[in-house]
Amino acid sequence: MIILRSRAEIEKIKTSCLIVAEILDLLIEHVKPGITTWELNAISEELASRKHAKPAFKGYQGYPFALCTSINEEVVHGMPSKHRRLKEGDIISLDFGVVLDGYFGDGAVTAPVGEIAEEAARLCSVTEQCLYEGISRAVSGNRLSDISHAIQDYVEKRGYSVVREFVGHGIGQHLHESPQIPNYGPPGKGVRLKPGMVLAVEPMINAGEPDIEILEDQWTAVTRDRKLSAHFEHTIAITEDGPQILTRRETGFTYANI
Amino acid sequence: MAKEEPIEVEGTVVETLPNAMFRVELPNGHRILAHISGKMRMHFIRILPGDKVTVELSPYDLTRGRITYRSKS
Repeated sequence: MIILRSRAEIEKIKTSCLIVAEILDLLIEHVKPGITTWELNAISEELASRKHAKPAFKGYQGYPFALCTSINEEVVHGMPSKHRRLKEGDIISLDFGVVLDGYFGDGAVTAPVGEIAEEAARLCSVTEQCLYEGISRAVSGNRLSDISHAIQDYVEKRGYSVVREFVGHGIGQHLHESPQIPNYGPPGKGVRLKPGMVLAVEPMINAGEPDIEILEDQWTAVTRDRKLSAHFEHTIAITEDGPQILTRRETGFTYANI
Repeated sequence: MAKEEPIEVEGTVVETLPNAMFRVELPNGHRILAHISGKMRMHFIRILPGDKVTVELSPYDLTRGRITYRSKS
């Protein structure tokens, strides 16, 4: 069942989302060659506690960290490690969520480590842009799969592929709520979108084939062909005036600028 | 989040109810309420008590399901 949120509830979700956005912005500044993913996780926890917010992922289905750090061929759910140091030229997906006052916010960004190859930057740019393509279809009266189709269409026209095993999701009083939002599919299917729906849209885009594997740690998803993967996510609210991005980042880090 | 696929089980129709609803008994003895998938409705596939069917259960509500396939017997 998809819950329609009141204005007051959306404001609460937005409060959590703005904390997520601010923390992602600060984490991006720390993404430099030499830092470990463990340190990034510690920073995210410290920043959340300063905001009196609880990291949403820690303990969720047994996940032991606040932050997911997925480097290069890692798609999502990469686990922070003291032994994993970022190297010049890596790309790293930072996926973070918090809960404050019972309401969740969830967002992700793929950041470059120092100078990255043009091919990596192009993948990140297309992934970032396909998220906005999807969000632009998140208007009242459209159907759910119009979001999915817009993402797939944009990505495949540019020679990349969409991960099938992970999907976006409703969000509010739980981290994951109905509906599931695949990043692929024909247009015009699924529920009709209505004002009050709050959705986390999160395309995961591979440079090569769409297939993934889960590593022995039972969490880290990697591309089967070990080619690069990128991931962007926003929590959005559908309003009478169109989609509102709740996790909009202030400093506006974007691949459109590089 | 990881994509959750519906759970598929085999069952036997024990009763037909109004509105294209059926009571289906699962191998574990549970009886669930199932409706018929849109595709089957369009193709006028008739379902009668005793038929073996495939039912999709929602991971969220295991007491209801959707009949997606009638085994030919």
